[in-house]
Amino acid sequence: MFNVERWQEIFETLRKNKLRTFLTGLSVASGIFILVILLGFSSGIENGVTSEFQQDATNEIFVRTRITTKGYKGLNPGRRIQLKDEDFAMVSNNYDEFLEYRTANYSIWGGQVAYKNETGNYRVQGVLPDNQFIENADIGKGRFINFSDVNENRKVAVIGNKVSQDLFKTENPIDKYISIFGIPYKVVGVYFDPGGEREESQVFLPLTSARVAFNGGDNIRNMSFTVKMSENFDEAVAVSKNITEAIEKDLKEKLIIAPDDTAAIRVNNTLEEAQKIYSLIDTIKAVFWFIGIGTIIAGVVGVGNIMIIIVKERTKEIGIRKALGAIPASIIGMILQEAIFVTMFSGLFGLIAGLAVLEIAGPYVDSPFIKFPQVDFGTAITTVFILVIAGAFAGFLPAYRAAKIKPIVALRDE
Amino acid sequence: MIQIKDLHKSYHMGSNSLHVLKGINFNVKEGELVSIMGSSGSGKSTLLNILGMLDEADRGSYVLDGVPIKNLNEKIAAKYRNEFLGFIFQSFNLINYKTAVDNVALPMFYKGINRKERVEKARHYLEKVGLADWSHHLPSELSGGQKQRVAIARALASEPKVLLADEPTGALDTKTSYEVMDLIQGINDEGKTILVVTHEEDIAHMTKRIVNLKDGVIIDDSPVEQVRAKQHV
Repeated sequence: MFNVERWQEIFETLRKNKLRTFLTGLSVASGIFILVILLGFSSGIENGVTSEFQQDATNEIFVRTRITTKGYKGLNPGRRIQLKDEDFAMVSNNYDEFLEYRTANYSIWGGQVAYKNETGNYRVQGVLPDNQFIENADIGKGRFINFSDVNENRKVAVIGNKVSQDLFKTENPIDKYISIFGIPYKVVGVYFDPGGEREESQVFLPLTSARVAFNGGDNIRNMSFTVKMSENFDEAVAVSKNITEAIEKDLKEKLIIAPDDTAAIRVNNTLEEAQKIYSLIDTIKAVFWFIGIGTIIAGVVGVGNIMIIIVKERTKEIGIRKALGAIPASIIGMILQEAIFVTMFSGLFGLIAGLAVLEIAGPYVDSPFIKFPQVDFGTAITTVFILVIAGAFAGFLPAYRAAKIKPIVALRDE
Repeated sequence: MIQIKDLHKSYHMGSNSLHVLKGINFNVKEGELVSIMGSSGSGKSTLLNILGMLDEADRGSYVLDGVPIKNLNEKIAAKYRNEFLGFIFQSFNLINYKTAVDNVALPMFYKGINRKERVEKARHYLEKVGLADWSHHLPSELSGGQKQRVAIARALASEPKVLLADEPTGALDTKTSYEVMDLIQGINDEGKTILVVTHEEDIAHMTKRIVNLKDGVIIDDSPVEQVRAKQHV
């Protein structure tokens, strides 16, 4: 295998048979190229969808209210349902053992936020400390809202990274004062969110301070909970689903809403959605692998096919070589070594081309559902080797048969 | 150099059995230039194939340079072919994607000689057959006579004990045939043992001994007055 003379002979043969070499190489390279692109996009979709989900906790139960659409117990439709602190307390108490984090929010949309001469409109929310985990907010600097802030109505704010960049540029915002509708708040933290810019364009205040400043009384705009995750994902989904239904039932009873009024109160649970999406991702992955494996099989068959043609075409040459003293093993070796070299080289070429395309085109893919399309290099290398081995295997039979050809048969004049 | 005793060979085609060689006895001494003649179907090519270890006899003994040739597996046959024999074919059988010099160097590759030495020797033999200037041409760029000379150079390159030529002039015109025979005679003059299969009288008379085959047996084996090909060129 590492005989220099042999390699010289093989390179010479390949050089002298450019078209054949090129065609074999092309079929292998394109197979691997397609596989790499497919796997890249499969992982891109997985990354994209996963990060869409990571903007908030995946095990969240979200409660918000609107206007009733149905009359119930003598009450007219069109009534605005307002959540209060007592509703939050009720849900928290009733399902305490199943809940992990809980927060009640009071939000002000399009809050004008200013620092010195910079201003911007952001979503401003009064929240409880647990909101950090429900929002999946990573604290970059400082800290999140804590219970002392809430209890003492402190005028503090935690701002998203986007807000920090917009208003403070490169300045460190910690302990600086921002004004929201003219009221100054001290920045105590900056957070990052895997959900990206949109999620990082928010300002969090303590729930109590926000309500005091904006006349909220004991009103709540919405509330969020996360359910405790059990080891078994399906079990967690079932628990989450049951609690969601139970919360909806409790609140409808308490707030006097018709049981079949779906608009007045919405209790969503993301875990069930997550499960659907994860199984969708699994399906997409399976489909891509199926196509990928199909491509590889086609590639192997292609290589085998070309090998048969090569051997057929070279029957006479093989006869000549045998008459000149080539032993059968050297004939098999020659054909296989040549085939392995071509498949390996072009396989790697296809691999590198595919990786390059993903690397270059990847960042330009502007879709929230496809992110960082990339391929695990180990997987890709493995597929190349599988292709090479399978190709060699497919080539062995014709090579073996070629070595068995009697020189007199091969040299017989047609 | 070659001792053959009671050589038999038959081919089986379905239920028919064709007895091609029916007890051949013949010896060739070192330095001889022998032609094997016979009409088609006389068994001359079969005999040559057996001599060339491209085919094996059913019965009888074949000793080449003191080595009994029998029960050969592919590997040993390949080794013996490489070591003992040089082939010259009617249709030249050059590898068409290799240049003249690479074609000539090929048997030496299977001998395990390194590339530098191979090329050097190949050039030497090409020079010997008068094609030094054509060493980097492909077979397709050479005339029939030139191709056969390249083939002869290749046969010589492995420095064999015996040269086996199967209708070496069969695909050539008369003038070129004589040129090739002149070359073969020259090589024989240097002491190389050569066997030529031919059905052309004039070519046969350029050898030193004619063996006549008919229906699988030797009907005549006699030395002849050698006609030098040079006179006709």
